[in-house]
Amino acid sequence: MKSFLETLRKLWADPMGKIGMIGVFLLIAMAIFAPMLAPYPYDQIGMRFQPPSGEHIFGTDEFGRDIFSRVLYGARVSIQVGVIAVGIGAVCGYLLGLVAGYFEGVVDRVIMCVMDVLFAFPSILLAIFISAVLGKGIGPTMVAIGIVNIPVFCRTVRAAVISAKGLEYVQNAKSVGVKTWPILVHHISPNVVAPFTVQVTLALSGAILTEATLSFLGMGIQPPSPSWGSMLSEARSDMTRAPWMALFPLLFIVVTILVFNILGDSLRDVLDPKLKV
Amino acid sequence: MEHLLEMRNLSIDLFRGKKQPPVKLVEGIDLNIRKKQTFGVVGESGCGKSITCSTLMGLLSFPLSVGKGSSIRFQRADGSETELTAISKAEMRKIRGKEISMIFQEPMTALDPMYTIETQIEETLRFHTDMNRAQMHAAALEMLQKVKIPRAAEVLKDYPHHLSGGMLQRVMIAIALINNPRLLIADEPTTALDVTIQAQILDLMNDLRESYDTSVIMITHDLGVIAETCEEVAVFYAGQVIEQAPVEVIFHEAAHPYTSGLLKSVMSLGGEQKELYAIRGTVPTAGNFSPGCRFADRCEYCEERCRAQVPPLVEIAPGHLCRCLLHPARKEGTV
Amino acid sequence: MSNVLLDVQGLKTYFPIKGGVVRKTVGYVHAVEDVSFTIGEQETFALVGESGCGKSTTGRSILRLIEPTDGRVCFDGQDLRALDKEALRKKRRDMQLIFQDPYSSLNPRMTMRKLLEEPLNTHFSLNQKERKERVNWIADAVGFSRDQLDRYPHQFSGGQRQRISIARALITNPRFVVADEPVSALDVSIQAQVLNLLMKLQQELKLSYLFISHDLNVVRHISTRVAVMYLGRIVEMGDTEEIYCHPMHPYTLALLSAIPRRDPLDQKTRVHLEGDVPSPSNPPKGCAFHDRCTRCKAICSETVPTPRRMPDGRLVACHLYDE
Repeated sequence: MKSFLETLRKLWADPMGKIGMIGVFLLIAMAIFAPMLAPYPYDQIGMRFQPPSGEHIFGTDEFGRDIFSRVLYGARVSIQVGVIAVGIGAVCGYLLGLVAGYFEGVVDRVIMCVMDVLFAFPSILLAIFISAVLGKGIGPTMVAIGIVNIPVFCRTVRAAVISAKGLEYVQNAKSVGVKTWPILVHHISPNVVAPFTVQVTLALSGAILTEATLSFLGMGIQPPSPSWGSMLSEARSDMTRAPWMALFPLLFIVVTILVFNILGDSLRDVLDPKLKV
Repeated sequence: MEHLLEMRNLSIDLFRGKKQPPVKLVEGIDLNIRKKQTFGVVGESGCGKSITCSTLMGLLSFPLSVGKGSSIRFQRADGSETELTAISKAEMRKIRGKEISMIFQEPMTALDPMYTIETQIEETLRFHTDMNRAQMHAAALEMLQKVKIPRAAEVLKDYPHHLSGGMLQRVMIAIALINNPRLLIADEPTTALDVTIQAQILDLMNDLRESYDTSVIMITHDLGVIAETCEEVAVFYAGQVIEQAPVEVIFHEAAHPYTSGLLKSVMSLGGEQKELYAIRGTVPTAGNFSPGCRFADRCEYCEERCRAQVPPLVEIAPGHLCRCLLHPARKEGTV
Repeated sequence: MSNVLLDVQGLKTYFPIKGGVVRKTVGYVHAVEDVSFTIGEQETFALVGESGCGKSTTGRSILRLIEPTDGRVCFDGQDLRALDKEALRKKRRDMQLIFQDPYSSLNPRMTMRKLLEEPLNTHFSLNQKERKERVNWIADAVGFSRDQLDRYPHQFSGGQRQRISIARALITNPRFVVADEPVSALDVSIQAQVLNLLMKLQQELKLSYLFISHDLNVVRHISTRVAVMYLGRIVEMGDTEEIYCHPMHPYTLALLSAIPRRDPLDQKTRVHLEGDVPSPSNPPKGCAFHDRCTRCKAICSETVPTPRRMPDGRLVACHLYDE
């Protein structure tokens, strides 16, 4: 806990870290306080295809719903799906990768074989299959995207573990007689953090996009609940007539991914012991 | 100009950002290299010996740069003089590999694994001469034989990973000498090699010296290598030359406490007494040099004035330079 | 020599060479081939040889950090190869390894205190006070002040880091230490400090060293007995001074004469050694050294010479000394 607070303090000291933290904080606040911030309910119908104006600052969509309000509510869905789905994928992938990388041999081969099979399916198809089995709605969508993400995390972690295992100080710990589990936690895991955080930020954007695709195909978030992805999909047919319909959800997707990436980069620097003084 | 190379007041700056002044990695280096001389540069890691010599090849790149007031004058093959710190990159390329060439510590990484030995030898010929294909092949073959590589014709067609470290270092020497340069910089050429292979390479370099007019700068941390090959030696410590003399003077009449300490600890290795002579403390890093004499913190003779006053490099005997305030006193007192 | 602490008999370590699509074993690298020696209590025994001769592999095979293929390693009367994983792990308290490179062998994320506490927590259950005392004791022994304990490895110089490595290896109070090129990565002026420290600690803590090095001068200084290795085998073994003054095996002779002079005025005659060390995956038939040897006989390319005991007690594996 102490080291966690310490990390936060150092992130705050770094200008880029500060931007990342503020950005992520604002996004989360936006999602939590959406009902208070939104000027209209997300499903209230009005004048169709209104361009941005004082009344509807982001304009309205093909049913005349306020895009600003929908973007705010969409943040809830997108961030929730992104974080939880990536969380599922990351935790499972991390553990599997750690075990596969450290023990090698039969365990490694079995795990990696399963991962390869999962990996070989086109991820959208796999997600569709999983949500078809588990049913529609936000929960199954998250689980589906999470499972799709496992192989990528597993591979990243396994590669980092294998290269860390060759490090001299890991050999040193073994020669001292340190038990397997402390070696994994104290000596190997920290080397996995950097590629892992990068993978998390990449997977977040991927998860938000997968959610959008699933929603577009009718397997994910059910209308009229908004998500940035489904808003983007809906905007496709009216792109020339009402470009703002696509522009604002897109802008939020880009900004979200950007702040997560900035935070990830800064986090990696902060966790690098060579920069500690 | 009487020397092949004259280095005057050379300093190298490390850029640390606009707000801070640059760190001087080396400072006030004056060196003269005579024709056909083997000149040793000895010092520990971080003393600045390698970057001083890469400056000669124009190999410094950001954040390193040559400091103000530095001068390196080099006598070209046609007799003209060139100021190496002021010439263009294109002109430097003409000198590099032709008039000044270099061999490195790690022959395994200094050669490109994607090309054959022949291609890599001929590359230097192609740029600096107008030989045709057959002539280049003949020259490459002859050069490999000169560096005593067995089966030279077959080795030409080999890739670097086919050859051992010792063989690759011979290839590196062949590449460096093929244009008959006026100056060869050897940066720790035997450090990565085993002791029996090191002996082979040092013997080879001594033999080749007879047949070439090349001056050699031998950069090393190993006093044994210096004893084997060099005529004159400059001892580097913390970015400065602290002592310079002919090799037998360095080994028998070392004047600076650092040089004599280093020799004492090496000489006592394997000797009778079990406790080795050791210089105390640690090697200082650039930017953390003490204001007076840079060796003061580790010196067993250190006095008050050593910490306050920067000792100049003075000639204490003909051809023997030393940077120590205590020199005459120390001679009378202890030796 | 006093009591035998470590007894190595017929140690062999082979590494499989995998090839083809199915990763089939196509051959073996004979890294260590039939190596036998003993180390007495409080003795320093050195393994010396050029890169690839198997000296480091021998050191790690003894500690079972690399699993040996065959042979017997008896430590204090106990066969290490018969121990299961957990028993071996507990045994590591008594036998430690000092690594060559002080830059890569210490976890950069741990402070010196954490690095020193780790072996303690692994092998002992101490309370906070005892642990602190023990850490302070070893820090004193290797020459650190208390306020340096909370620094990270990158804040130390190479020589200081190697002293941390030594402290980490010795904090569990082992009896036997494998020192794998402990001074090779250090500056000349620092090497002497570390060697002095190793010798001082040997006296104080009654340690036995297996000292692995390619530096012949260092080996001569620190060891009482030495084994010269070539291509996985010991070619000559005996009292260090005897071997350095009167080398008998042609390889030892060539190796010793290759040491650079320490004095430019010294006119030394050198035994020239042609060619390179052959590959351990495909060693020459007969004596591994025969194709580089200046005194090679017909038998040398036929049969592997067996080590013979010489009148002064040393062992030499060379057909020149066959009866």
